[in-house]
Amino acid sequence: MIAGVIAVVLLLAVAAYACGGGTDYGAGFWDLTAGGAERGRRPRWLIDHAMAPVWEVNNVWLIFVLVIMWTGFPVLFQQVFVTMWLPLALAAVGTVLRGAGFALRKPVRRLAGRRLYGALFAVASLLTPFFLGAAAGGVASGRVTSTTTASTDAWANPTSLLFGLLAIAATASLGAVFLAADARRFAAPDLDGYFRRRALGALAALAVLAVITLVVTHGDAPYVWHGLTHGVGLFFVVVAALGTAATGWLLTRPSGAWSRVTAVGTVASAIVAWGMAQRPYLVPTSLTVAEGAGAHTTLRWLGFVTLVALVLVIPAVVLLYWLDTHGELESLTDADLRGAGTGDEG
Amino acid sequence: MHTLLSLADVPPQTLPARSMMAFTLASHIILVPMGVALPLITLIMHGYGLRRNDATALLLARRWSAVMAVQFAIGVVTGTVLSFEFGLLWPGMLGRWGDVFGIGFGVEAWAFFLEAVLIAVYLYGWRRLPSRTHFLLGLPLPLAALLGAFGILAANSWMNTPRGFTLDSAGNPVDVSVWKAIFTPMFGPQYWHFVVAMFVTAGYVVAGVYAAGWLRGRRDRYHRLGFAVPFTLAAVFTPVQFVLGDSIARQVFHKQPVKFAAMEIVWKTDTHQPEYIYGRLHTDGSVSGGIRIPQLDSILAGFRPDTKVTGLTSVPADDRPTAAQATIAHFAFDTMVFIGSLLVLLALWYAVVWLRRRRLPASPWFYRVAACAGVASVAAVECGWITTEVGRQPWIVYQNMRVAEAVTSTRAGGLWFMFALVIVVYVFVFGSFLLVLLKMRSRWRTADTTAGPPPETPEADTPYGPRSAGRFL
Repeated sequence: MIAGVIAVVLLLAVAAYACGGGTDYGAGFWDLTAGGAERGRRPRWLIDHAMAPVWEVNNVWLIFVLVIMWTGFPVLFQQVFVTMWLPLALAAVGTVLRGAGFALRKPVRRLAGRRLYGALFAVASLLTPFFLGAAAGGVASGRVTSTTTASTDAWANPTSLLFGLLAIAATASLGAVFLAADARRFAAPDLDGYFRRRALGALAALAVLAVITLVVTHGDAPYVWHGLTHGVGLFFVVVAALGTAATGWLLTRPSGAWSRVTAVGTVASAIVAWGMAQRPYLVPTSLTVAEGAGAHTTLRWLGFVTLVALVLVIPAVVLLYWLDTHGELESLTDADLRGAGTGDEG
Repeated sequence: MHTLLSLADVPPQTLPARSMMAFTLASHIILVPMGVALPLITLIMHGYGLRRNDATALLLARRWSAVMAVQFAIGVVTGTVLSFEFGLLWPGMLGRWGDVFGIGFGVEAWAFFLEAVLIAVYLYGWRRLPSRTHFLLGLPLPLAALLGAFGILAANSWMNTPRGFTLDSAGNPVDVSVWKAIFTPMFGPQYWHFVVAMFVTAGYVVAGVYAAGWLRGRRDRYHRLGFAVPFTLAAVFTPVQFVLGDSIARQVFHKQPVKFAAMEIVWKTDTHQPEYIYGRLHTDGSVSGGIRIPQLDSILAGFRPDTKVTGLTSVPADDRPTAAQATIAHFAFDTMVFIGSLLVLLALWYAVVWLRRRRLPASPWFYRVAACAGVASVAAVECGWITTEVGRQPWIVYQNMRVAEAVTSTRAGGLWFMFALVIVVYVFVFGSFLLVLLKMRSRWRTADTTAGPPPETPEADTPYGPRSAGRFL
């Protein structure tokens, strides 16, 4: 019972990371594709400015996912990291380059320096979600097993590749939808159109990939395929499909508040659908939630810690997103850091 | 069943896995003092500036938070790498013990989340939020940092003195008691020793920057204030840390006698143990080099020369650190104590001048030492970490799991390659970080020395931010 609850918490944390972190990776994707220094200047300006206050928070979800995994389901954690060793190691390196690239390019002034850090940030934004998606694909297709030998090629399979591509498409869609809405907020209506066109493209790619994934998983991950086409899993698949359609429709007109809601709803439903589809397994047909669960006392405490933390964190996160979307958060400029003539005061 | 594993069975991937973990942790630790204590130091300066309506103090607080922004981001990513490494390098440890000691990380993850939110509000709230609201929203930051440290230290002290479970016939932990697993015997000593170390280190590092400025003749109010606030904080905590450090050493003596033996290179259990200041332990138990002080180790451990101190040979060779590991732990321990003692003298110097003259010291030698105190404290933090980790060998979970049992089955070649990649990435990231800090410093210095408004060239002004946005839109 408690194991099921924690499994749901884990699933929701993964969904939160896919949406929060995903938006962030997506912004990096559009940074990568924004073109040369001159042509891409304004999109990049918007990307930097819209992302800066929230990117750390978006990425802390990942740490939370890992912690729930090893505390709540230690066996799952062990198996995933042994079998999916290579993609996860590359994702970790990608995370470092991405974060460092983003943090460092802001204070750097020279164009060459900005290019270097910007390129690192952008390329890592593309690769990291791919590798994380590939690892998730390994779970969904049951390739994560209790093997004792670490594998470097277990992730080279159809489901992993498709999950990786799906991750890129989903992050690109989320990123573009959010940036389009941010463009309104930063009074740059032309960038709204710019990012809405890209969001539509990414959404179309996402839909095509989703259909291909359904076809491929039929043979490659039959248990998940069955779950996705029946019962609760099917319900969430339908919600995700409707969400995609609604987002697409909303993207044809100037951005309001709703396109973000439907986009987040789409990605979250897709993640939840995957989780529901592989019930009652953590790893389809080899490890159930009950088998993989840690000690019950720990799970209860983990649930309790999560509850207490939600009480503390939710108001804080709401405050942050509220302040951010209301334009209350601005980074310090040189003028603020200059201080008029303090050097003479001594 | 674990004890059957002999030294010869250590798999080849253990060395690269340990090297990589050591390298990434050692790098991350450099950022931790700033992550834990810089918000507090900045808030003190910020509060002072608000209360006195002091523009210089507010400028310092704003600049420190600009540094915090970059440093926190690097800390986030190097910290994320560590979470990955638990799975990538030590899946055996988390697989068996994750549910026993992982709850601390659960607390830490949420605390960190809260910290990330609060720090974002604080860093980006300077311009638009009302000044009082902005300051008040920043106030919970140090508490969130202390809560995060709580989680990490709970996990680490559990590895030193694991509690809160019983083993079933197959050797798997059952009957988990989360409370006991968090509040293990070493938790209290480790936590306070660590937290105070963070305050001391961050204080000396920040003050060191302005001490260096003082030595180069920049002695205006800006530099005096930037020096005095963090230095006073560090100086107040230094003697506290000395007492806490002495106390934790005695706790190790009682709770992890074999680690204590390694720290003090004690070979045979006996009373009237001599203290070695440095010195190398050899595999036959002899000690070369170093200064030998008769009786002192026993006196320090139990206040009497006839205190019996457990030696390394009290346990089989497979269950204790090797002579080389003991020497490493001993060197690290002695270096930490040495640096700590010097810092106490420095704090005393500061206090005496302050009490007698009510001003900052004027001797350049004071500032020379103070400028080095930051680097020295970081070195002491690294040494403390080496002492506790190397002194625990060969165990990853003291007396319950060996490092060799926890290590991943990934082939050594792959790990060496990954380690090389990580070194390249980290050298690049930390090098860039340092470069960016230096750039910020020189930019601010230019801004402070040029009279009047600085020239508004496109390259000199940040192309980001709504104020300058108009030019691009």
